[in-house]
Amino acid sequence: MGAQKKRAAAAAAAARVSEDPDDLARQPLQAILLADSFTTKFRPITLERPKVLLPLVNVPMINYTLAWLEAAGVAEVFVFCCAHSKQVIDYLENSEWFSQPNFTVKTIESHNIISAGDALRLIYEQNVIHGDFVLISGDTVSNMSLTQALQEHKERKKKDNNAVMTMIIKKSKPSPITRQSRLGTDELFMAIDPNTKQLLYYEDKADHSKGTICLDKMLLAENPSISLHNDKQDCYIDICSPEVLSLFTDNFDYQHLRRHFVKGLLLDDIMGYKIFTHEIHSSYAARIDNYRSYDIVSKDIIQRWTYPYVPDVKFCGNRATKLERRGICFTAFNSEIEQSRSAQVGSFTVIGYGTKIGSNSKISDSVIGEGCTIGSNVLIEGSYIWDNVIIEDGCELRHVIVCDGVIMKAGAVLKPGVVLSFKVVIGERFVVPAYSKVSLLQQPTVHDSDEELEYADNSSGTVEFSSIQGTADQSNGEMTSESSEAHKPKLGTGGVGYIWSICEGGQEEEWRHSVAPIPEDKLTELSEAMDDDQELVTQDRTALSTSGELISDSNASEGDDNEDSKDDSVYFEKEVEATFLRAVEENVKVDHVILEVNSLRLSYNMTSADCAGAVFYSMMKLAIKTPHSSASELQQNTANIITTWQKLLKSYLLEIDEEIEIILKFEEMCLESAKEFSPLFARILHILYDKDILQEDAILRWADEKEGADESDKVFVRQSEKFIQWLREASEEED
Amino acid sequence: MDFQVVVLAGGTSKKLVPLVSKEVPKALLPVANRPVLSYVLEQLELSNIKDLIVVVEGADAALCVGGWISAAYVDRLHVEVATVPEDVGTAGALRAIAHHLTAKDVLVVSGDLVSDVPPGAVTAAHRRHDAVVTAMICSVPVSGLSEAGSSGAKDKTKKPGRYNIIGMDPTKQFLLHIATGAELEKDTRIRKSILRAVGQMDIRADLMDAHMYAFNRSVLQEVLDQKDKFQSLKQDVLPYLVRSQLKSEILINGAPQGQQAKENGNDKVSYRILANASTPSFHELYALGPNGSAPVRRTHKCCVYIASNSKYCVRLNSIQAFMDINRDVIGEANHLSGYNFSAQNNIIHPSAELGSKTTVGPHCMLGEGSQMGDKCSVKRSVIGRHCRIGSNVKVVNSVVMNHVTIGDGCSIQGSVICSNAQLQERVALKDCQVGLGYVVSAGCEYKGESLARKEK
Repeated sequence: MGAQKKRAAAAAAAARVSEDPDDLARQPLQAILLADSFTTKFRPITLERPKVLLPLVNVPMINYTLAWLEAAGVAEVFVFCCAHSKQVIDYLENSEWFSQPNFTVKTIESHNIISAGDALRLIYEQNVIHGDFVLISGDTVSNMSLTQALQEHKERKKKDNNAVMTMIIKKSKPSPITRQSRLGTDELFMAIDPNTKQLLYYEDKADHSKGTICLDKMLLAENPSISLHNDKQDCYIDICSPEVLSLFTDNFDYQHLRRHFVKGLLLDDIMGYKIFTHEIHSSYAARIDNYRSYDIVSKDIIQRWTYPYVPDVKFCGNRATKLERRGICFTAFNSEIEQSRSAQVGSFTVIGYGTKIGSNSKISDSVIGEGCTIGSNVLIEGSYIWDNVIIEDGCELRHVIVCDGVIMKAGAVLKPGVVLSFKVVIGERFVVPAYSKVSLLQQPTVHDSDEELEYADNSSGTVEFSSIQGTADQSNGEMTSESSEAHKPKLGTGGVGYIWSICEGGQEEEWRHSVAPIPEDKLTELSEAMDDDQELVTQDRTALSTSGELISDSNASEGDDNEDSKDDSVYFEKEVEATFLRAVEENVKVDHVILEVNSLRLSYNMTSADCAGAVFYSMMKLAIKTPHSSASELQQNTANIITTWQKLLKSYLLEIDEEIEIILKFEEMCLESAKEFSPLFARILHILYDKDILQEDAILRWADEKEGADESDKVFVRQSEKFIQWLREASEEED
Repeated sequence: MDFQVVVLAGGTSKKLVPLVSKEVPKALLPVANRPVLSYVLEQLELSNIKDLIVVVEGADAALCVGGWISAAYVDRLHVEVATVPEDVGTAGALRAIAHHLTAKDVLVVSGDLVSDVPPGAVTAAHRRHDAVVTAMICSVPVSGLSEAGSSGAKDKTKKPGRYNIIGMDPTKQFLLHIATGAELEKDTRIRKSILRAVGQMDIRADLMDAHMYAFNRSVLQEVLDQKDKFQSLKQDVLPYLVRSQLKSEILINGAPQGQQAKENGNDKVSYRILANASTPSFHELYALGPNGSAPVRRTHKCCVYIASNSKYCVRLNSIQAFMDINRDVIGEANHLSGYNFSAQNNIIHPSAELGSKTTVGPHCMLGEGSQMGDKCSVKRSVIGRHCRIGSNVKVVNSVVMNHVTIGDGCSIQGSVICSNAQLQERVALKDCQVGLGYVVSAGCEYKGESLARKEK
C-alpha cells in the first residue's frame, strides 16, 4: 500500500514536472533494467539461476549495472524480472540496493513475457516512465559518464522531435578471420552520418552468404556522406525518449530491441523516427552476451579497465579484496585464504574468501569464488570457479566455467570450453570433452529453435531441480539412486549430471562463444575459407566481365527485381482468388468482398487493372471448377457467375484500360490455364458485353491492337470476328 | 621524372552536338576564347611536364588538334599527337597507343578538364603509396547555378547531380569503392570483405571522378591486354582495379609472387619512410597471414587524390558544362583564363569597337576585332573574335564564338552561337544552340532548341 501510494505521488510529481518544459532538465533520470536477456546462451546455468545473478569476478552481474546506473546519476531504476524473477527479487531485497539514498530500485515482475519488446510494452502500460530513460540489460558492465550523451540526446530531441534514441557505441574491430568481435558477438555493420551521427543502417545478424551490404539509393540521395563501420561495437546502452515505449506498443510485433525495433525504425520512412549514436572513447562499456564475453569482461575487470568497478574497490555488493603486486601484474587476494606454501598463484587471478589451496597447485588467469577447496597438484588456467567448489587432487582445468557446489573427484580433467552447472559431480580421472556442458538437469528435449526462452523451463526446471538436488546431496556420500547409476558411464565413477548434447547446427559454432580461446587450427581453417570467399567473389565478377562487365551485372539484378514484382503479382492473384472463393462459399456481401480486394490491392501496391484481371481470373476459375458436362453447360455456369458477381467486377472497371486488361487476361487463360474456354471465347465475350461489363469501345480497341499481331495471337480475334463486325456496324449506325 | 603523360582529347563528342563538328572537335571548343585543351596543357606545363602524348579520335579531328598544337606550343611543349579510331573508348585509346608507353607510371588526363589542380600532386600521391592507380576526385560542380541567369533554369529544381558514389578509407587516401553510370540508379552494394579489412569506409555521393588518373604502366597494360572487353577507364578499368584490390590478379612487374614478396621485404624500410606512416596500411595487414608471417595474399593499392574545395575542377562534357565553364572562367575562376581583367571585371580587347550607350557588364569578354552597335547590353557572356553585332542587341549568359553576325534588335539568352553563324534582325533565342554557319532568319523566336545545318 505504502509503496503504491509513494509511486502515485512520484508519478504525480513527475507529471507536474513534465508539464513545465523548462524543468525538463531537473526531471529525475529513470532507467529500465531488463533482468532477463531473453536468450538461451548461458544454458544450462540459467536453468537454475538467472543470468543477472551469475557472479562476474565474484560479484553478481546486476551489481555492476546498478552501481553504474547509480554513479551515472540515474534516480530511479525499474528492474524488469522475468525468468527466475523470485530469485532476482529476493536477491535485491536482501541487498543494499533498496536502501540507497537518492537511488530507488523498483521491481516489475512478469512471467508471461517472452521478449524485450513485451517487457517494454508492459512497462508502458504501467505508466511509470515520464521522461528520457536509460534502457539497459542487467548484464552490462560500464563506467562511462552519461552526462554528455544525455545532453546530446536532449538537445537533439529539442530540435527534432523524431530523435527518439541515442545508442552508445564503442570502437572495437572484429577479427576479419572469425568475423566476430572480441566479445564473441557477431560482426556488426553500421552506417552512420559522420556529421550528425545519425544511424542509417544496422546489420548485426550478418548473413555470411551475402558478400555485400546493400545501401538503399535513397539513403545516399539524402546523405551525400556516409560512414560505413565494421569497427564499432554496440554497447547495448540506449538513451531513449518516452516515445520508444509507445512505439513498442504501436508495433506489437517488435520483439528484439535491435533486430526489430532499430531496424524497424530505420526502414520506416513514414514516421521518420531517428536513432543517433554516441561513441565513447576512453570509458568502458560491454555487455555479457555469451561465454566468451563473460571471459573477456572478467579479464577486463581484473585488469581494471572498468575502474571503479574492480575487485579491490568496494562498491555495492562486493567485499573489497586486497591487491598484491606480483611482478607487473595484479593478483587480488583475501586475507582469509588458506594457501599452501608450495601453491603457486599466478597473475591476473582473483581468489575469494575462505578458499583453501593445496600444495603444488598452480592457478593463473582465473577467478576463484568463496569457500572453495582446491586440492594439491591441481592446475587451473584461465578458468572461472564459483563458490563452494571442491576440486580434489590432481585435477586439471583449462578455460572452463565451474558453477557453485561442483565436486571434481581426483584426477578429473576438464578440457577447454567446458561448462559445469550447479552441483555437478565429475568422477575420478574422468575427462570431460571440450566444449561440453554438464548439468544436473536433463537437456530440455523440446528445443524448437534458439528463440526458445529461458523462462519457458522456469517452473519445470525448479521442480526438477529440487528433486535432483536431493539425489545430488546423497550422492556425495554413497550413491544409491538409480538415476545417478544410469549416468555413471557418462561422468565417470561417482559422477552426477548429464552431458548435454550440443544443439544441432551448433557443433561448429560452439568454439565461437566459448570461454576457451579459439584454437589455432580453427583460425587457419577460417582464413583459408576467407580466401576461398574472396576468390569466389572475384571469380564470378570476372566471369561477368567477359561478357561486358557492368551491363551483364545490371541485367542480372534487374532480373531479380522483375522476379520480385512477378512474385508479388502471383501472390496477389492467389490472395484475390482465395478471397473470392471464400466469398462464394460463405455468401459474403459483394461490398465486403470489394473492401477486402481493395485492401489487398493497397498492400500489394497493385493497380485497379490488376484487380480487375485477378477478380476476373478467379471468376472464370470458379466457372471451370463448377462441375459441367458440356461446353454449353460451362457457358451457362460462366454466365451465372458473371451475373452474380458483376458488381464486384464492375467496381474495378473504371476506365477502358481495365476492360482491355480483362480481355487480355481472358485470352491468356484460354491459351494457357483454362483451355476449355477457348471454343467459347466469342460467346463469353458476348455475355460480358451484354452484362455491360465490357463496352464496345474496349472490344474494338482490343481488336485494333491485335491487328498487327502475329497470326498465332489473332486466334481469338478471328473467332469473334463476327461479333466485332456487328459491333462496328452498330456503332456506325449510331453515328 | 619517370612519368609519361597521355592527354585523351577525344573526338567529336555526340553529347556536344551541335557545338562540335568536323572542323571544331571537342578539344578545340573555346573556353573564354581559348581551346579547352589549352587549359590542360597549361597545367601540365606548370607542373613542368613537357613531354606528352595527345590522343585524338578520328583522323579529321587529329589533324585540327595537331595543327593547333603545333602552332600554339611550338617551342614550349614536346607533343606527340596520336590518332585512334572513333568510338574505341578511353581504354581502347590507351590500348592503341600502348607501344608508346615505356615509363614506370602513366598519367592519363582527359583533354576536357578545366582545372587548376596541379597534376604533380596526383603523381606525388601515386608514388607515395606505390599505388596501382591513383584517381583524382573533386567535388561535384554546382551546375547551372547563376544568380541572374536562365542558363540553369532547367536544372534549378534539381539537386546537384550525382556522378559517382565513392568509398574511401577514413584517412581519405585509398579508394575502396566506386560506382558510376547506371549503378548510381540502384542501391549501393558494398563488399563486406573490404569493409572487414579496413574497418571504416566513408561513402560520398558528392564527389566525382575528375578523369585524371595515374596508373602503374605495367599493370595498366596487363589489364588492357587481359580484359579486351574493357572500353572505358572510368567505367571498366578503374572499378575493376578497385574491386580486385584485396585479391590482386595482377602480376606486378611480371614478377612471380615469391620474388615480389622478397622485394617488398627489402624495400620495406624505405617504403615506410616514403609512405610517411608508422603503421602499415590495411592492405599490408590484410596481406599478412593469420599469424603475421610472410604475406599470403596479394593486394594492390588504389589511391585517391582529393582536390580541395577551393580548387576549380570541371569537365567539359555536356552543353551545360560548356556554358558553366565559360561563365566560371570569366567569373569566379577567372585566374584560370590567364587574362587580365579590367577594373569593371571584364575583358574587352582593345581592338573591339563599342557603339554609343552600349554596356558590357562584369564577367564578360569581348574578343579581338569584334564590333557592337548602339544601345547593346552584354551580361555574363563571352563574345569571340571578329563578331559583328548590330544595335539594340541583348546578350545574357551566352557564349558567342568567332565571326558571328548578329542583326539589330536580337535578344540572346543562355545560348551558344557557334562560329560563322548569322542571326538576322529581331531574333530571340533562349537556351538554344546555334551550330556552325547556321543562319537564323529574321524575327524568329526559339526556346530550348538546337539549330544546326544538316550534315551532308
